[in-house]
Amino acid sequence: MKSLAELEAIKNKIKNQVEIRRDSEDSIRIVVGMATCGIAAGARPVLSALVEEVGKRNLANVSVAQTGCIGMCRLEPIVEVYEAGKERVTYVKMDEEKARKVIADHIVNGNIVTEFTIGVADK
Amino acid sequence: MLELSLHVLDIVNNSVKAKAERIEIVIDEQIEKNILSVTIRDNGCGMDEEFLKSVTDPFKTTRTTRKVGMGISLFKAASEATGGNFSISSQKNIGTEVVATFTYDHIDRQPMGDMAETMQTLVSSNENIDFIYKHIRNEKEFLFDTAQIKEILGDVSLNNPEILVWIREFIEEGLQEINS
Repeated sequence: MKSLAELEAIKNKIKNQVEIRRDSEDSIRIVVGMATCGIAAGARPVLSALVEEVGKRNLANVSVAQTGCIGMCRLEPIVEVYEAGKERVTYVKMDEEKARKVIADHIVNGNIVTEFTIGVADK
Repeated sequence: MLELSLHVLDIVNNSVKAKAERIEIVIDEQIEKNILSVTIRDNGCGMDEEFLKSVTDPFKTTRTTRKVGMGISLFKAASEATGGNFSISSQKNIGTEVVATFTYDHIDRQPMGDMAETMQTLVSSNENIDFIYKHIRNEKEFLFDTAQIKEILGDVSLNNPEILVWIREFIEEGLQEINS
């Protein structure tokens, strides 16, 4: 049973955690297309999975945000990864499973999942 | 969209773009009356009469990058396909209200879908907006009000994975309650 007391406990736990700056040099920004095209194509569970993985793995330098229509509607759901000093990576036709793999392989271990990227997945 | 909850996510994004600070989502399932209604009300910038007249036209949009805005027309089509009614009222600088009704047992009526995930998505990207989500099923009611949540959290951001998971599970349980 979810209770407001539980929420209070989570709040206190977060307050006591060491604050790690989100805009540090190694910060990573993940952006999910969430316009009508994205939503229709299944972006909501992709965003949800990304947020869950980031939380599960305690990736304090990673932020997940939404964006509008990127202009390649037929390739939605689209996930873009921005890392300071590196080229942007655009993943297309994403789903929940692929999103989790991207977090594990790319975000955590630094290996871009090329088969999901726009260059490869759209052949 | 495959679920009504996805339409809600889509239309509420319009309210967000209209710079609303308070967005109410009311879903009312009245099985005996055979009506499901979805109401989305915001205090955003609203639309003037002229824009309102053609707002359900997919070629009418405030987007500058594209000539099409399909959210409203898709939602209207979904509601009317079940014999329901769709209406939008708006006043400039005051806000907008979208009401879509559906014939509950119509074969073309999409399932409600995952409202918990929709609310989680909305809350995570729009910390500063107050969302009030009320879900009514016959005589039972569930209420989720981010103002209540923020009161408990104080200055801790809503956009923390643990809190978002709590919110999602809280809503899931609340909806299970009223569905029993």
